[in-house]
Amino acid sequence: MHMSRPSDRGMLTMPTVRGDERRATEGLSGMIGYYVELAAHSLRRNKVLTALMILAIAVGIGASMTTLTIMHLLSGDPLRGRSGQVFYPQLDANPDSKGRQPYDMLDYPSATDLWSAHRADRQALVVNSHIKLQAPGTRLPPLMLSMLSTTSDFFPMFDVPFRFGRSWTPEDDTAHARVAVISSDLNDRLFGGENSVGRTVRLKNSDVRVVGVLAPWRPSPLFYDVRGGRFSSGDTANFYDKPEGVITPFSTALEINDGGFQPFTCWVLPITPGHLQNSQCVWIALWVQLGDSAKVDAYRRFLDGYVAQQQSLGRITRTDNTRLRSLTEWLDFNGVVPSDVKLQTSLAFAFLAICLCNVVGLLLAKFLRRGGEIGLRRAMGATRRAVFTQCLVEAGVIGVLGGLGGLLLTVLGLWLVRRQPLPYADFVHLDVSMFVVTLLISVGASLLAGLLPAARASLVEPALQLKVL
Amino acid sequence: MGNPQIQPVLAALRKHRIATIVIAWEIALACAVLCNACFLIAGRVQAMHVQSGVDEHALGTIKLEGFEPQQANDLNARVVAGLRAVPGVQSVSTVSAVPFGEPGVIAGVHLDAAGQQFGGVVDFYVAGPGAAKAMGLRPLTGRMPAPDEYMPVAQIVPNEAPIVITRVLAEHFWPGQDPLDKMLWSMDTHFRVVGVVDHLTIPQPGAGEEKDADWSILVPAMPGPQFAGKYLLQASPEDLPRVMRDARTAVLKIAPDAVLDLAQSRTVDELRETFFLNDRVMTGLLIAVIVALLGTTALGIVGLASFWVAQRRRQIGVRRALGATRGDILRYFQIENFLIVTFGIALGMILAYAINMILMSFYELPRLPFWYLPVGALVLWVLGQLAVLAPAMRAAAVPPVAAIRSL
Repeated sequence: MHMSRPSDRGMLTMPTVRGDERRATEGLSGMIGYYVELAAHSLRRNKVLTALMILAIAVGIGASMTTLTIMHLLSGDPLRGRSGQVFYPQLDANPDSKGRQPYDMLDYPSATDLWSAHRADRQALVVNSHIKLQAPGTRLPPLMLSMLSTTSDFFPMFDVPFRFGRSWTPEDDTAHARVAVISSDLNDRLFGGENSVGRTVRLKNSDVRVVGVLAPWRPSPLFYDVRGGRFSSGDTANFYDKPEGVITPFSTALEINDGGFQPFTCWVLPITPGHLQNSQCVWIALWVQLGDSAKVDAYRRFLDGYVAQQQSLGRITRTDNTRLRSLTEWLDFNGVVPSDVKLQTSLAFAFLAICLCNVVGLLLAKFLRRGGEIGLRRAMGATRRAVFTQCLVEAGVIGVLGGLGGLLLTVLGLWLVRRQPLPYADFVHLDVSMFVVTLLISVGASLLAGLLPAARASLVEPALQLKVL
Repeated sequence: MGNPQIQPVLAALRKHRIATIVIAWEIALACAVLCNACFLIAGRVQAMHVQSGVDEHALGTIKLEGFEPQQANDLNARVVAGLRAVPGVQSVSTVSAVPFGEPGVIAGVHLDAAGQQFGGVVDFYVAGPGAAKAMGLRPLTGRMPAPDEYMPVAQIVPNEAPIVITRVLAEHFWPGQDPLDKMLWSMDTHFRVVGVVDHLTIPQPGAGEEKDADWSILVPAMPGPQFAGKYLLQASPEDLPRVMRDARTAVLKIAPDAVLDLAQSRTVDELRETFFLNDRVMTGLLIAVIVALLGTTALGIVGLASFWVAQRRRQIGVRRALGATRGDILRYFQIENFLIVTFGIALGMILAYAINMILMSFYELPRLPFWYLPVGALVLWVLGQLAVLAPAMRAAAVPPVAAIRSL
C-alpha cells in the first residue's frame, strides 16, 4: 500500500487551501465542479486504494445488476399491462375431491361447456401435444414438435403478431378446418422465411393449410402454458421456453392428433391412451378476457353457477372449490421465476453489501487520514457542510467510475448467461432502463457508502488538527 | 499472544469505532454468506453424486417417436433386431425411462385398496425382458421378476404386476416390516412386491414431487402398442460411445418412418452430464462468489490495516524507541485483526442462521449443520491473519527514529 510522506502532504495541501478561498464565492455549481476536481486529485494521490474501491463497487454492481436484469426479464408482465384483464378459471371436477387446490387444468366437459357459453369478452381453450410434422415439397426429414391447439380468440386476446396471413376464423373452429398458423422460427426452417400462406404441411396423417405465419413472438414466461409450478420444486426454467412451432384449431387437433394427448393428471386412467375427451383426466386450459371488475364478478357467479348445476347433474361434488385467478395471480401462484435465479440475485446483493462495507471502511480511513488537511480547511473558514459535501463528491466520483466498470461487468455477465444452456438465454439483454438503474444504484450505493465517512470527516475539529500540524 | 496486550488494542479500537464496526460487519456478512454458500454447494454436490443404482457406463438409450400404436409391434421387432446386429451391442431391451432421461410414468400410490393411506408420488420404470439385467439391478431381498411375469401393458402398466422397489421406498412404506409380498395400489390396479434393490434413482432426481431420489419402482412388462419407442442398449464401457453412434445411424435406416429423438438417444453418462449441467453451473457460480467475497474482504482488511499503520507511524516509532521489539509491533496488529475478525464472526454466526432460516422457508433447504460455523470462523481468522501480515510487517519495520522524524 502506498504511504505518502509528510513532505508530499504539505505540498498537496497548499493548492487545496488556496483554491477554497478563491472559489468560495463562485456559487454552488462552481463549488461542485471544484470538488470534483479535488476528488480527482485526491483519488490520483493513492492509485492502488482508489483502484481497489472502484473495483469493489464495479464487481458488486456487476454481479447484482446481472442477476437483477435477469430477474427483471423473467418477472416482467408478459402481456404488458393487460395481465389484469386475462383470467384462468379453475374448478374441481374430481368426484373424490379432498378439497385441496383445484387441478391446474380442466376436464373436457367443463372446458368445452365454459368455453361455448361465451360469457367472457374473449375465451380460448389451450392444449399442447407432440406431433410429427412433414413439409411436402421440402427436403426436411420429418420432425417431432410441440403443437399448440386453441381457439380463434387466442390471437386477439394475447396480441399475437402476424407476419403473413391471419389467424383462422371462429367458423374454422366449428368446422374443424384443416388449417394452421406457424411460428416465425418454423417458417424459417421449413420455407426459408418466405410467405408460406397457402402452403401445406403434414401433421401426423393429415394435411393442413398454413393460413398465417407469426412475426417473431417471445412472451416471457410462456404464460398461457404455465401450470404445475408448485410441483416443480422451484425448477421452473421451462416456463420460459419458446412458443410452439405450429398452432391449430382445438377441434381440428382432437381429430388429427387423436391418441397423442397427455393428461395433466387423471383420477381414473383413460380407456384409450391419448384420447381424453371421455376420460376422467384434466388436460385443457381455458383463458378468458374480462374487461372490467363487473364482468369479473359476473364471470365468477357464472363459474359458481355452472359448478352448482353440474353438481345437481351428479358430475361434480365440490361446489366451493372454484378459482378465477388473473394472469398475474396465476403466475405468482406458480412461482414462475426459477428459485435458482432468486438465489443468485440475493447472493449478488449480499456480495454488493460486502463490497460496500469495504468501501465505507476504506473511505473512512482515507478521509480521516486527511484529518490534518480537513482541520486546516476548517480553520481557514470552510464550514462542516463544505467538508461534508466535498467528501461526498469524492465518494460520488468513485461511484460513477465504479458504475461504469459495473456496467461493463454486467454486459460481460449477461454475455456469459446467454451462453448457458438455459431456456431463457436467448432473450437475456441489457435494456435502457436497466442501464440507467445500474448507474443510479452504483452512484446511490457509493453516496450511501460515503455518507458515514463524510459525516465523520466533517466532525474534525479545526483547532485540534492544527495543533498536530 | 499475551493477555496484557489485548487491553491497549481494545482501547485503540475504541478510538476507531466506526471503522472497526464497518469492517466487523463486512466480516459478519462474509461469514454468513460463506457458510450458506458452502452449504448450498454441498447440497448440489450431493445431488450430483446421486447413486443411480444402474450400470451407467455400460448403458445407452435410443428414443423413437412419431409412430402409431398399430405400428408399435412391428417397429419394436425391427428396432430390437436391428440394434442387436450393431457390433458391440450386448443386449437391447425396451424401457419406459432411463435414469437422467425424460420422466417416465409418475403416479401416486396407496398402501390400501380403499385409497385411504397415501404412500406418495413415485416413478415407475416399465421394463421389458432383459432390461433389469442390463441395468445391473440385483435384489437385496426377494427376487427379480421371472420370465413368465412379463405381461402386456394395459394402459400404462400391466395389471396386477409383480414389482421391484428400492430399499428407501420399502422403509418409507412399511418401516421395520418385511416388504416382500406387500401390496401397492396405483393407476387403477395393484402390485405385489417381489424384490427390493439397494438403489434405483428416479429419472429426474430432485426435480419433482418425489421426496427422495430412490422413490422408483420397476414393473416388468411385455413391449406392445403402449410400450414401445425407447430402447436400452448395453455395451462394454469402452465400446459404448461408438456403439451409440452406430446405433443412431442404424436406427434411421431400420425405422425411416419414425423420428429419432437425438437429444434423448445418448449414453446414460451423457444424459447424467446434461441433467446436472445447471447444478454444475450454479456450483461454479457459488464458488466464484465465495472467492470474490473472500478476496474483497481480504483487500478490505489490507487497505484498512495499511492506513492504520501509516497513521500510527509516529506512535509505532515511539513504542519502538521505548523498547518494544519488532515482534511486539507485529503482534499488536495481529491481535487487533484477530479481535475485529472475532467480533465479525460472532455477528456472522447469528446472521448465518438468519439467512439459513430465510432460505429454508423459500427453498425447502435443511437446517445449516452446526459444524459449518467453526469451519467458517476458522477460514475467516486465517484469512484475516494472512491479510494483515503484510501491513503488520511494514509496521514492524518502522524504525524507532520515526518517532522524532515524522510529522
